[in-house]
Amino acid sequence: MDRFNLNSQLEHLQSKYVGTGHADTNKFEWLVNQHRDSYASYIGHHALISYFSVAQNECIARVKFEFIEKMLQPCGMPVPRDE
Amino acid sequence: MFLYNLTLQPPTTINVAVVGHFSGTKQQEIVVSRVTRLEFLRADPNSGKLQTLLTHDVFGIIRSLTPFRLTGGSKDYIIVGSDSGRIVILEYNPTKNKFDKIHQETFGKSGCRRIVPGQYLAVDPKGRSVMIGAIEKQKLVYILNRDSAANLTISSPLEAHKSHTLVHHCIGLDVGFDNPVFACLEVDYSEADLDHTGEAFNNTEKMLTYYELDLGLNHVVRKWSDPVDARANMLFAVPGGNDGPSGVLVCSENFITYKHQNASELRVPIPRRRNPLEDPSRGLIIVAGVMHKMKGVFFFLLQSEEGDIYKVTLDYEDDKVKAIKIKYFDTVPIAASLCILRAGFLFVAAEFGNHRLYSFTSLGDDNDEPEWSSENFMDTDLNQVSAYFTPRELQNLERADELESLNPLIDAKVLNLTDDDTPQLYTLCGRGSGSTFRILRHGLEVSEMAVSELPGNPNAVWTTKLKSDDEFDAYIIVSFVNATLVLSIGETVEEVTDTGFLATTPTLDVHQLGDDALLQIYPQGLRHIRADRRVNEWKTPGNRAIVKATTNKRQVVIALTGGELVYFELDNQGQLNEYQERKEMTANVQCLSIGEVPEGRQRSRFLAVGCDDNAVRILSLDPDNTLEVLSTQGLSAPPQSLSIIEMMDIGTDASHGTLYLNIGLQNGVLLRTVLDTITGALTDTRQRFLGARPVKLFQVKIQGSPAVLALSSRPWLSYTFQSRLHLTPLSYDMLEYGSNFTSPQVPEGIVAISANTLRIFAVEKLGTVFNQATIQLKYTPRHFILHPISRNFVVIESEHNTFSPAEKEKTLEAKTKNGFQFDPKLLELPPETFGLPKAEHGKWASCIRVINPFQGETMSLVELEDNEAAFSIATVNFHGHSNELFLVVGTAKDANLAPRTCSAGYLHVYQFVDEGNSLKLVHKTQCDDIPLALLGFQGRLIAGVGKALRIYDMGKRKLLRKCESKAIPNCIVNLHTQGNRIIVCDMQESVHYASYRPHDNRIIIFADDTTPRWITTTTMIDYDTLAGGDKFGNFFIDRLPAETSEEVDEDPTGNKIMYEKGYLMGAPHKVSMIVHYHVGDIITSLHRTTLVAGGREILTYTGIMGSIGVFVPFLTREDIEFFQTLEMHMRNEAAPLAGRDHLQYRSFYAPVKSMVDGDLCEQYNLLPMDKKRMIAEELDRTPAEIQKKIEDMRVMAAF
Repeated sequence: MDRFNLNSQLEHLQSKYVGTGHADTNKFEWLVNQHRDSYASYIGHHALISYFSVAQNECIARVKFEFIEKMLQPCGMPVPRDE
Repeated sequence: MFLYNLTLQPPTTINVAVVGHFSGTKQQEIVVSRVTRLEFLRADPNSGKLQTLLTHDVFGIIRSLTPFRLTGGSKDYIIVGSDSGRIVILEYNPTKNKFDKIHQETFGKSGCRRIVPGQYLAVDPKGRSVMIGAIEKQKLVYILNRDSAANLTISSPLEAHKSHTLVHHCIGLDVGFDNPVFACLEVDYSEADLDHTGEAFNNTEKMLTYYELDLGLNHVVRKWSDPVDARANMLFAVPGGNDGPSGVLVCSENFITYKHQNASELRVPIPRRRNPLEDPSRGLIIVAGVMHKMKGVFFFLLQSEEGDIYKVTLDYEDDKVKAIKIKYFDTVPIAASLCILRAGFLFVAAEFGNHRLYSFTSLGDDNDEPEWSSENFMDTDLNQVSAYFTPRELQNLERADELESLNPLIDAKVLNLTDDDTPQLYTLCGRGSGSTFRILRHGLEVSEMAVSELPGNPNAVWTTKLKSDDEFDAYIIVSFVNATLVLSIGETVEEVTDTGFLATTPTLDVHQLGDDALLQIYPQGLRHIRADRRVNEWKTPGNRAIVKATTNKRQVVIALTGGELVYFELDNQGQLNEYQERKEMTANVQCLSIGEVPEGRQRSRFLAVGCDDNAVRILSLDPDNTLEVLSTQGLSAPPQSLSIIEMMDIGTDASHGTLYLNIGLQNGVLLRTVLDTITGALTDTRQRFLGARPVKLFQVKIQGSPAVLALSSRPWLSYTFQSRLHLTPLSYDMLEYGSNFTSPQVPEGIVAISANTLRIFAVEKLGTVFNQATIQLKYTPRHFILHPISRNFVVIESEHNTFSPAEKEKTLEAKTKNGFQFDPKLLELPPETFGLPKAEHGKWASCIRVINPFQGETMSLVELEDNEAAFSIATVNFHGHSNELFLVVGTAKDANLAPRTCSAGYLHVYQFVDEGNSLKLVHKTQCDDIPLALLGFQGRLIAGVGKALRIYDMGKRKLLRKCESKAIPNCIVNLHTQGNRIIVCDMQESVHYASYRPHDNRIIIFADDTTPRWITTTTMIDYDTLAGGDKFGNFFIDRLPAETSEEVDEDPTGNKIMYEKGYLMGAPHKVSMIVHYHVGDIITSLHRTTLVAGGREILTYTGIMGSIGVFVPFLTREDIEFFQTLEMHMRNEAAPLAGRDHLQYRSFYAPVKSMVDGDLCEQYNLLPMDKKRMIAEELDRTPAEIQKKIEDMRVMAAF
């Protein structure tokens, strides 16, 4: 892999796979991605979503709905980037 | 250690259910996903019973299912969205009873990922394309078509991706034959992610977006996008084309909106339950629904999160919708999926608890339920509108059948309290007011139809038809010591005397002979009763009596005293002819059997004779070598009963099976041997211990195919189900004699005698392993414990968001004081069906219940007050009170789920009073966090209170804190002890091994795990080894290296481990992982037990989705190698149905280690013969040997 190609390959990865990090990824962005990945995994695994549902005493559809809602902004307001 | 995993009961949850014409006939079938299994169900339109025809383990997670039918087709396909990163199209093959994989297209990585499609599936109602979507960004559209040979074809995928977009729901819009359109409920987060002022976040809108597939240009475009309510969660397609106006129903919190491009928006509120305790600020969402079309009209049944079903209809004219109307329909359990069958059934796949089938009694058109129409809410803010209805008992639906489900299975214990052959499983199931305590016993459930008393104790019973082509049996013949009773079967069962049967003698056998004759065999002869009531008698020579007899439709064999066999055959004139020669056996004949006459043949070719010289001989009945011995099998005990039977256990060919000889021995063992249909040779013997009494065998019919009823100290049934042979006990009384029974009322039953009663019963729910007894609970159960003296169970139940009785009264009082009036009847709804009213967050209801499992009753119940909730329970023997067992319950006041906090934790100490039937509070000790784990330890109590591990001793007013360790990182969930060793399980950080130093009263943690594990449950296998499960569905075994274990125990001062340096930011020693395996279900309990009498010790687990399974340790190295190789071949030859790679699935989070998947190995039986042979050759064995080995693995350890 040569030096000139590297950047474009990285960019390709970053556009293809959401959440791929780059040199400027800050802690907040990383955390937001972690949370979104986790919520998606909770929703996909039926056993896990049942577990949440039993603990919260809410129905599965409600728990799923709230999780997708939370994926919009899982860690609160974004922190301003210092340029 | 090397283990073999077997499922005893697959998950009972259903996450998706779909209905369609999957066999291509007129009848509709249901296909359900049980997450890791695909199951095929049929509802019998006459009886309203659900029947499972096929279940198949897919070794993956099914996330979505949809039926799909090509334009003009008559057969539905099944499209599966799973965690495999592939789209799979299946077809049900009715002749072979299996799912055929037609297409499998890879589009992404495997696993349940954020941007890999599989979560949503939407099909075009006209059957031209399918969309498969992920939660974020990716959506792929496949065009489906048929080729010239009418095979289904699939195109390459078209992308409809939109990055930074979350998808809530996705459906195929009904647009008739215009270009297919898919509607998605989307949220774009790109701006909210960048704007740190929060303004963009507040302005983020939820959009309803139409994606149009242009079939001409072969690409997908965003056609239309329009904002909808920010709390919208679900879409339903409105019929289009010739059937309706097209468009979508957008369900959001509190109201439903009709939307379509170029159409005005119409909204109607979701009516709420009239309940004085209701919190009006709490939103109400729709969680499931179904659209039903019939004869030009259509309606929706939508279910709210309370379980209420609403009927939604649309008023429209020329494709313009004028109003949507909503009214309350009925209340059923909260569903994961609803399915309407054209035969008039509603299938409710419940998210928790039993699944149900209801039949419609009316469509709710003409009752006085209030109806709300969008016309009345044109310009009003629907959040201000109050629409209320009164919930009531079912009016439009009637329950037809129920599928039992243990989901969610929260805790279990394996104990043998009733001293049966096998232990019982005591389980806590369910959530909220639908919770149950269930006792599972191994055995098939029997539904008893009739019990009638007889004069005296009969010896035997038979049923017989009058003609060979009769559908139902005509007579029941009961034989006593000195008489025979004939009963005719009609509307009632009555005695008849004019049947031609000899009534003054006992009977040995009865059979319908030829086309229309009957045969009675009694000790002194045969009585051949012709249709015209002519009777031909054959008398025994001299004073000899018939001791044993066997018959089929055309042949009769009798054994006379002294061991002489006489053979008769029916000729073409219907005359019974004796064969000239008789056969003299060398020993006394104990039992005889001939098989049924095979289809299209004159006679059955084999006779089996069991003699008291401990041998069974096969004799030929061929005309060339009649009564010649073909083969012999030696036995360990005298035979009691024989049965030659053809069992339909070859999946590939429905009309042919394997011929078996079943031998019941007097020592209670049942042998099953394959009888070669050409040579009569006996091969491949399997044996099973059934009970303490001699085994008697009887042929019956189960689901139209032959089966064997084996009676020992309890009844067993050997039958075929899904091409697999099952031998299962019946959960019924001990029986003496049995026979098949069919009548118009009981199409398939068994008549049997037990002491002096005649019983008629039927066996349903084939394939189930356990039968259940249920005790209703009040709140979500958490844990339970056995009080060993009274054999009562103590269950703790606690539920979030719920009013405790005291709180309820307080709230009502406050409301009445404010002048609020209500109908008290509204509070009397049965909570099992209607649930308990929801309170605000942070409110808890909790109780401690004493259950007597034998009577199935609650002996006493303690409600916790003051917003306390119980979380842990233990029985403790405190020293100084050594002859009394105390109950300790850990509770928390004002517990909050996230972050996990409470205002105070308590340890309640109770005394068992009234012979263990009720509890008396001794005292209550406050602590600073939630006590989640309790355990008796050397006459004291150890408690995991949050992250603190403490030892308490019994005091007069309080528990006294003696010792504390704060070295656990997060929160203690599980504790075990043996000697001075304590094993502590952390909520996130796996296991910690600690040692208690009595002389300096310290707890020292000396070893921990290198893998962070989110432990759910653990069990100690031995002093150094621990097995456990985590929240991601993994099973693991950790072991402390032997040297470390010795070193720690032999350290006399304890100073060495105390001052040892930590390693890798933890304890100085590390445990090693010796087994790892992804079970696919969150393990909720683990037990080291034996499940069969005389079997080996195994690990039994239960999972939250209702699965029960075992891990069996291998005994020899050869077995390990054999099964590993077999597993490897199975991975190649039988790739999982949903497209997931088996090895990857079992290594979901960490590579599988020291475990063979027995479920995959058992699929060997389902392979076609050529593949079976190929694998067998690779293993240097025959297919029968491999099948025997697989069966032995199961039978030796479990059921």
